[in-house]
Amino acid sequence: MGPRLRGDDSYFGAAFPMLSFLARRLVQLVPTLFFVSVLIFSLQHLLPGDPALVMAGEEKDPAVIAQIREHYRLDQPLPVQYVYWVKGVLTGDLGESLRNKMPVLELIEQKLPVTIQLASMAIIIALLIGVSAGIISAVKKGTAWDYGANLFALWGISTPNFWLGILLIFLFSIELGWLPASGYVSPSEDWRGSLATTIMPAFVLGNAIAAILMRHTRAAMLQVLESDYIRTARAKGLMERSVILKHALRNALTPVITLGALELGTLLSGAVLTEQIFSVPGFGKLIVDAVFNRDYAVVQGVVLVTATAYITLNLIADLAYILVNPRLRG
Amino acid sequence: MTIATADIALAAEADSLESPSRRALRRLLRRRGAVVGLVVIAAFVLLAIFAPLVSPYDPIATNWALVRKPASAAHWFGTDELGRDILTRVIFGARASLMAGLVSVGIALSVGVPVGMVAGYRGGFIDSLISRITDAMLACPFLILAIALAAFLGPSLSNAMIAIGITATPIFVRLTRAQVMNVKVEDYVEAARAIGNPSWRIALFHILPNILPALLVQATLSIAAAIIAEAALSFLGLGQQPPAPSWGSMLNAAQRFLTQAPWMAIWPGLAIFLTVLSFNLVGDGLRDALDPRSR
Repeated sequence: MGPRLRGDDSYFGAAFPMLSFLARRLVQLVPTLFFVSVLIFSLQHLLPGDPALVMAGEEKDPAVIAQIREHYRLDQPLPVQYVYWVKGVLTGDLGESLRNKMPVLELIEQKLPVTIQLASMAIIIALLIGVSAGIISAVKKGTAWDYGANLFALWGISTPNFWLGILLIFLFSIELGWLPASGYVSPSEDWRGSLATTIMPAFVLGNAIAAILMRHTRAAMLQVLESDYIRTARAKGLMERSVILKHALRNALTPVITLGALELGTLLSGAVLTEQIFSVPGFGKLIVDAVFNRDYAVVQGVVLVTATAYITLNLIADLAYILVNPRLRG
Repeated sequence: MTIATADIALAAEADSLESPSRRALRRLLRRRGAVVGLVVIAAFVLLAIFAPLVSPYDPIATNWALVRKPASAAHWFGTDELGRDILTRVIFGARASLMAGLVSVGIALSVGVPVGMVAGYRGGFIDSLISRITDAMLACPFLILAIALAAFLGPSLSNAMIAIGITATPIFVRLTRAQVMNVKVEDYVEAARAIGNPSWRIALFHILPNILPALLVQATLSIAAAIIAEAALSFLGLGQQPPAPSWGSMLNAAQRFLTQAPWMAIWPGLAIFLTVLSFNLVGDGLRDALDPRSR
């Protein structure tokens, strides 16, 4: 039996290290989710002045303001308001959009598939560019290829995606007229049109993550290429391509994929700006529009869903790391 | 002893006689990328400080006769949709960006380092509590949390800086905590405790100086992230408010006139790119220079 997961010395832990690890991670999630909820609930109370007045907007009628205060339980102590809010969240009630008069959850459900499509395309682009550049950089360490790949990573990390988006619109939409500058077509309606409207925003989103993946891949490949089994594979007379792609890459990719999963935050932050530039009606545009419409329930809802998605993905990444790493499986 | 080994011995002796900060500076200056980064940052800082002296025009004065003019001898970067000189606005915009980078990272450091030190040094329940709050904050993507905070605080440059500062704080809490946990078990900390130093004195005079290198690297890289975040918030209309110049809000305006005046989008974007790239280069250089393994 290989090394066990930390803290699995109980009978249960020894017999089912994966389950024990999962249970421990789930227990750890409880306080984190509690603080996330407190943080998001507190956002509303950062508003300067009375939230009821802000929600009332132009309406200055005291009766209406009193009604808002009562409806949102703003006249009750903060802990009571928090308990009601959490109860609502746990039953799927994230409140109602002031602007659209629609449940926030319904709005998020409408917008989320668009962002998921964009994010999936961005991840594919990032993996294709980032992993390839990382492999070339590691295999050709110290050469012009390596410097070029490192420059690409620096460029990716330092370029604001909203600037890159504007430059791409100028080049491909205005100058060349190849792609539409903005808008969105669902793939179920017309997949070509969908690809044409999403390829630029997906590239912009994927660019920064490609740079991060390139650095992770390079570091992981350099470590793996120095391993004994790679030396053995070469000594057996295997072709270099086979050594790199079959033997080295397979092991180097494990940390790359799990670390890459943690870039979900970068992806979602990037989506906010990218969707704004390309007028893609997704999750990111929803939060920006909500901010300008002072639709605070939507802002809270979006942050809550994003944080929960991030925490869940973190957990999946941890589990995936253990699943693909036989030494940690016990 | 051969000449080569004598040279190595002399170099090692010189290395050990040098103060750690001087040694780090010497190593940093050996890295070409970091030097280029330092020069570019210094140039932007000087431009920001002496903006009224070096700028050829008033950054907010409009001129309807000069609306959206391309680059010329009088206006090197062209003019914008209100006839303002873009070069002047890029120079003045450096003030907002650099100030946002420094102030927000300053906020993050001044809150994150003491909290991280308490968590790392005390341990136990306080550490668990602080760690869970940090996890909760880190679970919210950086820009989304900054947008939400800036939206609730109200759109302005100072609120954007506060929002970015708060959002960047958990990174410093986590880093400081981890560093303190490594350093507090060192012999010299044990010795300081054994001779009866109070906890605050150990933390301030024995632990803090030894975790500064890691904090310095992170602070440099965080300034780069904060500059992009400020530009993003200003681009969305949540940071610097018009007509005051900021690179992000200039790009926002440029987007509307991309067909008629593409030059409006080039220069502010290039300024953000160069500044962020320079801080990243210096951050990477500092990480290598301060790494004890890279002798």
